[in-house]
Amino acid sequence: MWGSMFRWLDPYAKPETLYHLCGRLLPYLMGLALFTLLLGNIWGLAFSPSDYQQGDSYRIIYIHVPAAIWSMGAYSSMAIAAFIGLVWQIRVAQWAVLAIAPIGAVYTVIALLTGAAWGKPMWGTWWVWDARLTSELVLLFLYLGVIALAGAFSEAARGIKVASLLAIVGVVNLPIIHYSVEWWNTLHQGATITKFAKPSIDPSMLWPLLISLLGFALLLAALTCLRLRSQILIFEQHRPWVRQWVDQQQGERG
Amino acid sequence: MVMWRALVQRELQLLGRQKADWLNPLVFFLLVLSLFPLGIGPEPGMLKQIAPGLVWIAALLSVLLSAERLFKDDYRYGVIEQLVAGRQGLFSYVTAKICCHWLSTGVPLVLVSPLIAVLLGLDWQSWQVLVVTLLLGTPVLSLLSVLGAALTMAADKGGILQALIILPLYIPLLIFASGAMEAAATALPYTGQLAVLLAFLLFALALVPLAVRQALRMNVG
Repeated sequence: MWGSMFRWLDPYAKPETLYHLCGRLLPYLMGLALFTLLLGNIWGLAFSPSDYQQGDSYRIIYIHVPAAIWSMGAYSSMAIAAFIGLVWQIRVAQWAVLAIAPIGAVYTVIALLTGAAWGKPMWGTWWVWDARLTSELVLLFLYLGVIALAGAFSEAARGIKVASLLAIVGVVNLPIIHYSVEWWNTLHQGATITKFAKPSIDPSMLWPLLISLLGFALLLAALTCLRLRSQILIFEQHRPWVRQWVDQQQGERG
Repeated sequence: MVMWRALVQRELQLLGRQKADWLNPLVFFLLVLSLFPLGIGPEPGMLKQIAPGLVWIAALLSVLLSAERLFKDDYRYGVIEQLVAGRQGLFSYVTAKICCHWLSTGVPLVLVSPLIAVLLGLDWQSWQVLVVTLLLGTPVLSLLSVLGAALTMAADKGGILQALIILPLYIPLLIFASGAMEAAATALPYTGQLAVLLAFLLFALALVPLAVRQALRMNVG
């Protein structure tokens, strides 16, 4: 059953096909990402009402929460790609690991920095050793570990495989780290939106947040396409199709 | 099983000949511990308060450093390549390696723990808890360090890279081990933390050897 269900994906395991698919998707994803990010952030930062308790400084939520959520989302996608790449030996999935890792790391840094900027007026300090802050920091270290390990081998293909294995080990460890620091120490406010309960946020503030969330997701997808394209070119540079494609591009430019 | 016993015997023989491999981490452990009173101040009250964290940070650094060269020689001489190609003994080799690494780094830490208790002014009860956390925690440290060594075996830059990828994974262990010791120092129940440590140990024991085997295969290519 699984075989026939995912048969339609098979052609995209071929680097050339995937390269062109990413190229076709990229403008749409990037355009939509910029549109939703602008919409969500302008709505959230300029037009939604200010908070009765936190005043205007709560508005950083429109950047902080999406970046934090997708920093973890990026890690899961990276680990899924790593799993597919290792189990079914699909090279493009392994390259996707390397494509996603730096984006996820930057999202994590954005979440940490905006969190610090939010913490200063609210808690009176840039940093506390709180559960969520600590586990986000550890997430950053895990990303940096994967990136460093991938770059440490003279044979790049081997480095990516080993880094994929580390990404999978990390995903097993991530919930353990998360809950252990949770029990260890916490000050961070509870989640604003969850699937199961009514959100603890007014709809006038929620809508821009959800749009911004979608924007960060689309941006992640767009940047992944962009980086995956360059990974494919780097690893396939000796293949005839790349040469043909480059000649063709140069021909068009004159 | 015969193969496993032979591999353990070989590892122990090698450790017996290269005493620096297990003596240096132990000396490093004691040295790091003695740095803290020099840096922070020698008041017994303060030392007692921060002792749980100190002992555990020193322990995980020394176990981590001891694993750095774990596979290097076998890799260079082609032992691992043979085992990967042979399709038979790799898993026994991995478990033998982990066992002997723990015997040569974890067990000595437990044995010198009375000395630590004297140095840091721990009482009888705290020392007992320290021994139990070390017994439960150092095997996990060994497992993860061996994984780090296996992942970076063929890498051009070892050492610091291994610390970079493995230290984040140590965090839960550090939290619960020092948590148990702190609870014991303030006469609170600590069996919960010990149970979690045991759970970590069983979990790591089940999964890490498989990951190590996979990492070795990948490194050989």
